[in-house]
Amino acid sequence: MRGARFLAGLMLAMAFPAMAAAQALQVTGDAVAQSLTGSAGDPERGRAIITDRQKGLCLLCHSGPFPEEPLQGNLAPGLEGAGSRWTEGQLRLRLMDNKRVNPESIMPAYHRIEGLNRVGSAWRDRPILNAAEIEDVLAFLMGLKAEKAP
Amino acid sequence: MKRILFALLAYCSMAGAEERRSGLLDMRPEAQAMQRDDSMNPGMLWVLEGEALWGRKPSPSAQSCADCHGDAASSMRGVAARYPAFDQASGSAIDLAGRIIQCRETRQAGTPLARESQEVLALTSFVAHQSRGLPIAPPEDAGMRATREAGQRLYMTRMGQIDLSCAQCHDDHAGRRLAGSIIPQGHPTGYPIYRLEWQALGSLQRRLRGCMNGVRAEPFAYGSAEFIAIESYLMERARGMVLETPAIRP
Repeated sequence: MRGARFLAGLMLAMAFPAMAAAQALQVTGDAVAQSLTGSAGDPERGRAIITDRQKGLCLLCHSGPFPEEPLQGNLAPGLEGAGSRWTEGQLRLRLMDNKRVNPESIMPAYHRIEGLNRVGSAWRDRPILNAAEIEDVLAFLMGLKAEKAP
Repeated sequence: MKRILFALLAYCSMAGAEERRSGLLDMRPEAQAMQRDDSMNPGMLWVLEGEALWGRKPSPSAQSCADCHGDAASSMRGVAARYPAFDQASGSAIDLAGRIIQCRETRQAGTPLARESQEVLALTSFVAHQSRGLPIAPPEDAGMRATREAGQRLYMTRMGQIDLSCAQCHDDHAGRRLAGSIIPQGHPTGYPIYRLEWQALGSLQRRLRGCMNGVRAEPFAYGSAEFIAIESYLMERARGMVLETPAIRP
């Protein structure tokens, strides 16, 4: 099964060589343990992606510790403490494709291109975030630890 | 089975009527005041232009709208509250703008009018304005049933790279905030609307295209069967709510 997914990912990568094709998921339990790039992301770049309303889109639904961003959504849990709620691998899977954990989730799959309907031509065949961007966002979110109770 | 389901759904939406809420009430008080005062409501400019067009012959030999329909205040009263309607000639549903375009082509021998053109928006808002204050009353005829069901299916279908359905925002999360904006319940009570974001008047289909672009979906075409189906479902969903044309929205 894992081999088949890997093969499918490889075929996708060959079909869209110029694009950042979504990588095949290497899921263990409810987590993707391995970094998609083989290295750790950059939390500063991750923060910039999260607050970019054209890129990460996160603040449309979530709130978070971004005092310079006045208009934050309340459709989804706040991002504070995300790094304490999940392991890095769990959060990586939830960023890549949260519907694998919760099919009813309104959170878009940030790193999946198949199984979507009527995707606009400007967005077709590429994930919302590429592998490096997923790792950057993950690096920032893992740094959002819950404050200890006084 | 489908019919029973649909009847049940219609019943449920009626039962929830007291919780239904026009987007008017989700706006800040100044915007609400702007809509309620015709001298401040910019949508009235289109209504007034539509009134002028109503009485004007599209060409010297053609008839004006008024030549056939007379005084719109009586002949068009309640009409917009019943659209989209079933068009016997084409055997499909037609929306109000579509009917105006069809009338121009077939009965006024005029040059075809484009969807979302200034002229169509003006005439549509003038006609719809004649129903302001009346309850939305979609026709009961069987011809509309399949269209509404198709519209409901589209309303429930996830679309685009963001992978959201209309229902996920406007049913499941209405009243919450998407970034800074309250998500309205999505009742089409005031179309065409003057949208502050557009700085112009526009149709429900333009608004739907905006949402489809927002979820990064390929929008349906103006006048498409899909849009008319969604429009038909939304009007059924808003049955009994009061028309506000021309509404202001953020």
